[in-house]
Amino acid sequence: MIRSDVLKTLIPFISDKLVVTNIGLPSQEMHLLDDQPSNFYMLGTMGLASSIGLGLALAQDKKVLAIDGDGSVLMNFGTLPTIANNPAENFILLIIDNGSYGSTGDQVTYSGMKTDLAAVARSCGCENVIECTAEETADVVKQAFAGDKMTIIISKCESGNIKVPVIEIDPVVIKDRFMKEVQK
Amino acid sequence: MKDYVIMSINDQIISDLIKNKVEFITSVPCKQLAGVLEKIDQTPSITHVPSNREDEGIGLCAGATMGGKRSAIIMQNTAIGVTINALVTLTQFYRMPLPMLISYRGEVGEPVACQVEMAVHTKDLLNQLRIPTYHFHAHDDVKELDGILAHCFMARKPVAILTDASFWKGAE
Repeated sequence: MIRSDVLKTLIPFISDKLVVTNIGLPSQEMHLLDDQPSNFYMLGTMGLASSIGLGLALAQDKKVLAIDGDGSVLMNFGTLPTIANNPAENFILLIIDNGSYGSTGDQVTYSGMKTDLAAVARSCGCENVIECTAEETADVVKQAFAGDKMTIIISKCESGNIKVPVIEIDPVVIKDRFMKEVQK
Repeated sequence: MKDYVIMSINDQIISDLIKNKVEFITSVPCKQLAGVLEKIDQTPSITHVPSNREDEGIGLCAGATMGGKRSAIIMQNTAIGVTINALVTLTQFYRMPLPMLISYRGEVGEPVACQVEMAVHTKDLLNQLRIPTYHFHAHDDVKELDGILAHCFMARKPVAILTDASFWKGAE
């Protein structure tokens, strides 16, 4: 399974949830597969999806799913100690770890080499870290939504991309409709 | 007198943050900002989430803003370089307010020469980013903070408040 296959398995139960999606293909794939006002497409700022998700979770009570990638977490490693030390029980960070920079031509990342993201997250103090296969991901995410513990999920999937159009929605519209969903 | 002045500056900053309903603050510390950060930690209405790097903090503030909490970042001017992409493609692109209370190191009174190297670029960078910038040099300048915060949230833009050594003079 590649990332877009994993996303497809999540859609049946995340359509009405607050979801922050990572820059590039992850946002574009979610936009193509299931555009929702409750999706916040992060169009720039590689690395910050987990930070945006944590800030959102700490500011209000609804559950928040941030869908991040291995390359982006590697870029903003500082996020993991911040997440660990400011736990938000309504926050789920799903790192889709395909060991590559998917949006830029599938160059290998260090998590596709020696670096173990689950071990890094645990070392940073994250207490509820689950590594799973692509096939197991939907069940693990569903359980995280059912529970009341902040959860970091590392979903190991294959590298690869589908063809997707760029997102043409104005960023202010993305923000505005998302904030209305938050306030509902 | 010294203690009185500093106490009043820090208290004034906290009071203006509360008055303008700022409830979420992220920070990377600076010696000049130690007093105000300590006060923030004693303020129950403000959630303080320290960042490891300032661009991470800008992400946290964007999330908190969308979660309905007014946010602010407290940082040093040496960090402006690492925040540029986040300020432009997140805060500005999505039109979010972000007061940035910035310790302006490298101005007159600075003991560390290296800080001057960034100080000489600070205002140019902020100007290039079209970020409204205010420079607090005298103790009394703190009186402008309330209006600047209100202006920032009205305009939905990042706004920089540079606070130099003279402003904080006596903090040690």
